Amino acid sequence: MNIETNKLAVKTWLESAGDTCIFFYKFMRNTFSIEFEWSEFVRQCYEIGYKSFTLVGITSFIMGTVLIIQLRPTMVDFGAESMLPKILTVAIFREIGPVITGIICAGKIASGIGAELGSMKVTEQIDSMEVSGANPMQYLVATRIIACCLMLPLLTILGNLLSLLGGYLAMNFTDKVSFYLYFSKSFNSLTFTDYLPAMLKTVLFGFAIGFVGCYKGYNANRGTASVGIAANSAVVTASLWIFFIDIVVVLITNLLF
Amino acid sequence: MEDIKVKEERSAPQDTPAEAVITVSHLSKSFGDKQVLKDINLTLKKGENIVVMGKSGEGKSITIQCIVGMQEPDSGSVKVLGKEVLELNDEELKELRKRIGFLFQSAALYDSMSVRDNLSFPLTKVLKIKDQKEIDQRIEEMLDSVGLSDAIDKMPSDLSGGMLKRVGLARTLIVKPEIMLYDEPTTGLDPITGREISHLIVDIQKKYKTSSIIITHDLECAKITANRILVMSEGEYIAEGTYDELQSSDNELVKSFFI
Ligand SMILES: Nc1ncnc2c1ncn2[C@@H]1O[C@H](COP(=O)(O)OP(=O)(O)O)[C@@H](O)[C@H]1O
Ligand SMILES: [Mg+2]
Repeated sequence: MNIETNKLAVKTWLESAGDTCIFFYKFMRNTFSIEFEWSEFVRQCYEIGYKSFTLVGITSFIMGTVLIIQLRPTMVDFGAESMLPKILTVAIFREIGPVITGIICAGKIASGIGAELGSMKVTEQIDSMEVSGANPMQYLVATRIIACCLMLPLLTILGNLLSLLGGYLAMNFTDKVSFYLYFSKSFNSLTFTDYLPAMLKTVLFGFAIGFVGCYKGYNANRGTASVGIAANSAVVTASLWIFFIDIVVVLITNLLF
Repeated sequence: MEDIKVKEERSAPQDTPAEAVITVSHLSKSFGDKQVLKDINLTLKKGENIVVMGKSGEGKSITIQCIVGMQEPDSGSVKVLGKEVLELNDEELKELRKRIGFLFQSAALYDSMSVRDNLSFPLTKVLKIKDQKEIDQRIEEMLDSVGLSDAIDKMPSDLSGGMLKRVGLARTLIVKPEIMLYDEPTTGLDPITGREISHLIVDIQKKYKTSSIIITHDLECAKITANRILVMSEGEYIAEGTYDELQSSDNELVKSFFI
């Protein structure tokens, strides 16, 4: 390793960190503005939320089913079969639900936003918007990021419920469990501290997904190849951010509660 | 202030030279080691069409991007409509940009929106017009003047290259800019469509009283649209004059454009 290349790497890293901060500042300024684009925001909520729901739903449902099937033998060994709904619920609500939803949405939404804004950048649509005196940060970026912050918690809640339903189905593979009993056991085991930090976490996941997707797309280089690069690096970066946020929030929650 | 200016204009004799709307002086710009613009000097007068000719990659686009503040030059000054572009803050730049139309080489239509929405975008997002009736009326009028009334509900992906340019032109003109910057308006079009666009540019100059800079390497476009032509080479303008003047130039480089 020679010093020059190291210096260059550090410089590039610092530059991109600086760019990210500026991007964040612009986003904040355009979000908390009276000119917030409500109708575009609603459209983005639909694009981001509704269109990811099927994918999140199916994955979460399967996750619930599989977890019960996998956990069951161990729990039977311990004679703690009746604990299954509780264990599943806590695992899903606290950790698995938010993270699975986050990762899936990083794959679907962050890449989608990265590619969409990336191609708008490459084909000069963003420049054109800027040069016309319109505000693409407001119209394209703020709306998408805020929509992600709102949609991720909602998708997670729906995904969690479908996981429980999947778990219920798996319980019924072996013996009959009353629907009412299963769900009352599940929800009785949930406490405020299971729920609130996890939901807060998903808002941050949503932010990471929207922000990274927009940043990568908005800063795509010239040339069509960079659209692919923007989409790809949006997924990778957003996924990493999700795990990073996850551990930070979990550590803080552990300290506080 | 306003009053005094108006009076001065009124009392001025008829033959005063038109005021300059764009003045670029000693503009330079490098990317890494590569100096793209060396010493660019240019004055665009009110109501005038200037054509800038030059090979690809000479920095023609970069020049007009400096004029609208999309690129920051290394040195030099850019004065547009009486304002020094480099000294403007975000808000002031936005205000200035509302008065300038910029037609990208690719037309840069918003491809997720129909033609109608593309045209209403600057009206609602830039001029902040709320009145739907006025918006519809202006869109129809504008599409009519670029000859595309029946494409109003089409998506950009369904349009041909020439139609895209026209819609792009309509979207730029709909806010009634005082200055138009055209980046290669006829490149990639067949000669007939190219000619139509060139004539459209002249019509626009007359109808909306715009002043324009037109970048092109299409001789016919230059001939139709130019009041004055600048030839660019290696980051500088090496020749200036009307089409006829340049055509009979002795300069080898200038000649090579006019074959
Ligand atoms: N963002 C950029 N980064 C690096 N080089 C650039 C950038 N934009 C333009 N250039 C270079 O500047 C030169 C002039 O570009 P441009 O003004 O687009 O040329 P043209 O005269 O064909 O319009 C080109 O050689 C191009 O490679
Ligand atoms: Mg160019």
